[in-house]
Amino acid sequence: MLLAVLSGFLLAVLTPAIHRVVGHTVGWVLAILPASLAVYFASLIPLISDGGAVVKEFAWLPGLGVTLGFLVDGLSLVFALLISVIGTFILIFAGAYLRGHPYLGRFFVIMLSFMASMLGLVLSDNLLTLFMFWELTSITSYLLIGFDHEDSNARKCALQGLFVTTAGSLALMAGLILLAVMTGTYSLSGILASSDPLHEHAFYLGAVICVLAGAFTKSAQVPFHFWLPNAMAAPTPVSAYLHSATMVKAGIYLMARLNPALGESMLWSTLLVLFGSVTMVVGAWFAFSSSGIKKVLAYSTVMTLGTLTMLIGVGTELALTAFVCVLVAHSLYKGALFMIAGILDHETGTKDLRRMGGLGKTMPLTALFACLAALSLAGMPPLFGFIAKELMLEALLKASFWSLGLTVAAVVASMLVVGVAGLVAVRPFFSAFLETPKKPHEAPPGMLAGPAFLSVVALVFGLAPYLPETAVLQAAMTSVAGTPVDSYLALWHGVNAPLVLSGLTLVTGITLYRLWPTLQPNLSAVNTAAARIGPEAIYFRFMEGITHIAGWQTRVLQNGVLGHYLLVLVAVTFGLAGFTLVARHEVHLALDLSGSRFYEWGIAALLVAAAVFSSITRSRLGSVASLGVLGFSVALIFILFSAPDLGITQLLVETLTVVLLVLVLFKLPEFVKLSSPLERFRDLAVAIVAGTVMTLLILAGLEVQYFESISAYYSENSAPLAQGRNIVNVILVDFRALDTLGEIFVLALAAIGIHSMLKLKAEDQYKP
Amino acid sequence: MKSNTLILHTAALFIVPLQLMFSVFLLLRGHDEPGGGFIGGLVAASAFVIHAFSFGSEATLKVMRIWPGDFLAAGLLLALASTLPAIVAGQPILTAHWWQIPLPGGDYFKMSSVLIFDVGVYLTVLGTISIFVIGLMEAED
Amino acid sequence: MESLMAYVVGILFAAAIYMMLRRSIVKLVIGLILLSNSANLLIFVMAGMTRGAPPLIPDGAQAPLGAVADPLPQALILTAIVIAFGVLAFSVVLIRRAYEIVKTDDLDQMKDTDT
Repeated sequence: MLLAVLSGFLLAVLTPAIHRVVGHTVGWVLAILPASLAVYFASLIPLISDGGAVVKEFAWLPGLGVTLGFLVDGLSLVFALLISVIGTFILIFAGAYLRGHPYLGRFFVIMLSFMASMLGLVLSDNLLTLFMFWELTSITSYLLIGFDHEDSNARKCALQGLFVTTAGSLALMAGLILLAVMTGTYSLSGILASSDPLHEHAFYLGAVICVLAGAFTKSAQVPFHFWLPNAMAAPTPVSAYLHSATMVKAGIYLMARLNPALGESMLWSTLLVLFGSVTMVVGAWFAFSSSGIKKVLAYSTVMTLGTLTMLIGVGTELALTAFVCVLVAHSLYKGALFMIAGILDHETGTKDLRRMGGLGKTMPLTALFACLAALSLAGMPPLFGFIAKELMLEALLKASFWSLGLTVAAVVASMLVVGVAGLVAVRPFFSAFLETPKKPHEAPPGMLAGPAFLSVVALVFGLAPYLPETAVLQAAMTSVAGTPVDSYLALWHGVNAPLVLSGLTLVTGITLYRLWPTLQPNLSAVNTAAARIGPEAIYFRFMEGITHIAGWQTRVLQNGVLGHYLLVLVAVTFGLAGFTLVARHEVHLALDLSGSRFYEWGIAALLVAAAVFSSITRSRLGSVASLGVLGFSVALIFILFSAPDLGITQLLVETLTVVLLVLVLFKLPEFVKLSSPLERFRDLAVAIVAGTVMTLLILAGLEVQYFESISAYYSENSAPLAQGRNIVNVILVDFRALDTLGEIFVLALAAIGIHSMLKLKAEDQYKP
Repeated sequence: MKSNTLILHTAALFIVPLQLMFSVFLLLRGHDEPGGGFIGGLVAASAFVIHAFSFGSEATLKVMRIWPGDFLAAGLLLALASTLPAIVAGQPILTAHWWQIPLPGGDYFKMSSVLIFDVGVYLTVLGTISIFVIGLMEAED
Repeated sequence: MESLMAYVVGILFAAAIYMMLRRSIVKLVIGLILLSNSANLLIFVMAGMTRGAPPLIPDGAQAPLGAVADPLPQALILTAIVIAFGVLAFSVVLIRRAYEIVKTDDLDQMKDTDT
């Protein structure tokens, strides 16, 4: 299991080397990994088909209690199978699509890492590792969307996707932590197994909102949907993978996964149904009114994501059955359709549906598979999409709340989607022939393999729905519902309400498709007008605002004037510390002179005089000399108050300091007055406040002792343990020798720095 | 930069070797009386500084024979080496180890990893300060 | 004595900060020296000041006789003195180099040189 997840990363590391060896066939070679992973996951089917689950744990950071746990049940297995099977064909497809691309090796590195992250995400049992893989998918998908990094639009879109999804994942992290606090465990299997209801918990509301914020942004629910169509800037294999079975389904996976724990509450159902149904209709609308083939597919993905969210929210057994079927059906046909879009783009040189036509003669196989996939998209028998759509309509008709409204919404969306299916499968192939920028040919086998396999599987599943049902789908429904689900999938349920509705959508959809050439320009004009106040406009305004604030705070705080930085730092630190001291400890300036001897008075006066003189004198020599006086007075204090080592060190260092200053400072110009009287007054005020706070701090500190001093230990053990009688030295070289070791390394660094500054002549490099 | 006073020259000739010996004395007695690697190193460095001031930095480098940077390196290596006995014995690093080395005349010399460490400190301080001062003086010429 | 020294340290700190806020880079260095001295004194004063009882153990004894000064802050200050000297030397040489290249000791003008 660990190997299954990590092998993608391992292979990613080796990919550049493999690419160099095998050349153009690299796609086929790399596809061996997801293919064998698919076989491995398929071998797990018997273990979980009756609703069981496998949990495996590997210690990862035992010190922090983080384990690398993996959970395989129906839901995660369905996802793992989709990821690995579709991944196999995507890699083959990408090898052909990007043939000869200079960065093909780099592409596969990111692609494999993304696949491995996605597998890790759906198989993780630990919330923290789940989150880590979640973030990894965000990062790798950012790199994939922006793969064409010389195109500024691609970079912008990639960044937008990253911002939106990571903003959501920040909330998700909070949500997952809340969840762990509520249940007392980070293990998903533990959370799902715990029986106590979370609805009444004080954190429930927060956890639901945070988790959903993460899931909605990742799965492009309205109003965060805008990043997904923009992510079409990616090379088509990426879109085919990210937007069929993987990246955008991560949010769906999370909602389905947590449904048994967080679900069955009014809040959960309302939010999911509301956002899901709106997303469904909005997605279908935009899909129908766009003209680029990838945009059309992207918005139809948004529509499906909305449908899935809504179905989880409805939450009945029937709805969850429909959820699993829609999920699988969508991954199959959308993967195929995206790859067909890639073929069309690759062969004709355009992505604009308005410029394609009559390609069926030159590309008969592509046309065939496109039709199969599109039939599934439109929800027509005998494809698996039909079963899914019938189930969805039935579930909505029998929903416990808002049944009528949801059914109407779903019917409207389905009509539009029938039109969309016509756009992507009928229009390019069977309408009147149009001249395209490139002369089209039938696609190479590497590009056809994916659409062929996926659309045929959709057909097989449609004809024999019990095959996937008994294998994994029933188990998946059970894991989403939390309780065992009995389903019965069949192509023909007799003439019932869903069938009638299906017929209705079909007829209307075909009409819409016929009207598309006249409708589309008007619709897209409406969309352009709406975009000005849409969520994407808000996003751009928000990003501009951030840049603005950053610019402002840089001008104010980071203005490059050292004195300014220091002033702010000192004023804030001492202001706050002083306020706390005065407010909480009631310290007052008090002078207790008892016990001071007269010569100590003398030294104190000398110290003050030297400090003041060195600050106000206009002569550099005077300043250095008074610093010397100050240093020697400090040494005197050390000697008088029982610190002979300190006294000697201070004396020696002070001497060397004066030598140093004499050597250097007199190469620098004389003191001149640079600041205005007002500035000096301001600095003096800040300095006096700081000095006063330090005095208060000492006075307060003399009276308080929070912890027992550890000095007694050193005094008692110096002779017996360390065989030394100078306790200070024993502390330095024995008890706290590691600190001293660090210190001498710092000294060495300073020496190396000085040596290089003195020996390297910077002028040589920066001659004007 | 070098001074031309006869008094300083003559004094330096006497003071420098005395000061160097005193620094070693301070280093060795440091564990029991005021002194130790830091102070010893500072005293030794001051000796070379005095020498440099009276005879010039080139002459000092000649007297030192070893480039100050090598003192620095040797000091760091010795300090690191003093961690080895503890590592070999499987204890936390820098745990002190003591060996009694018999001296002629029936006396014992207290040899220890701590002493090696202190010598490392001594050499590092000596090397660092020599680099500071001699480097600066060279730059002035 | 600690009470008296608290005021002395406060004045030292004030002088140090005032000097560090100057625009002349040489004054900044002087402020740095003042600051390290006042920080050392701060630790020394706060640990309590004891006259004539250095933290030494007489020959043959296993523990200091009677109350001695606290050895721990002394060890801290000893390293601080040496480190402060290293930092000082480094900054002095850095300033010297900077002055050679940019030909000004005014910190406000130095900020424009990296553009």
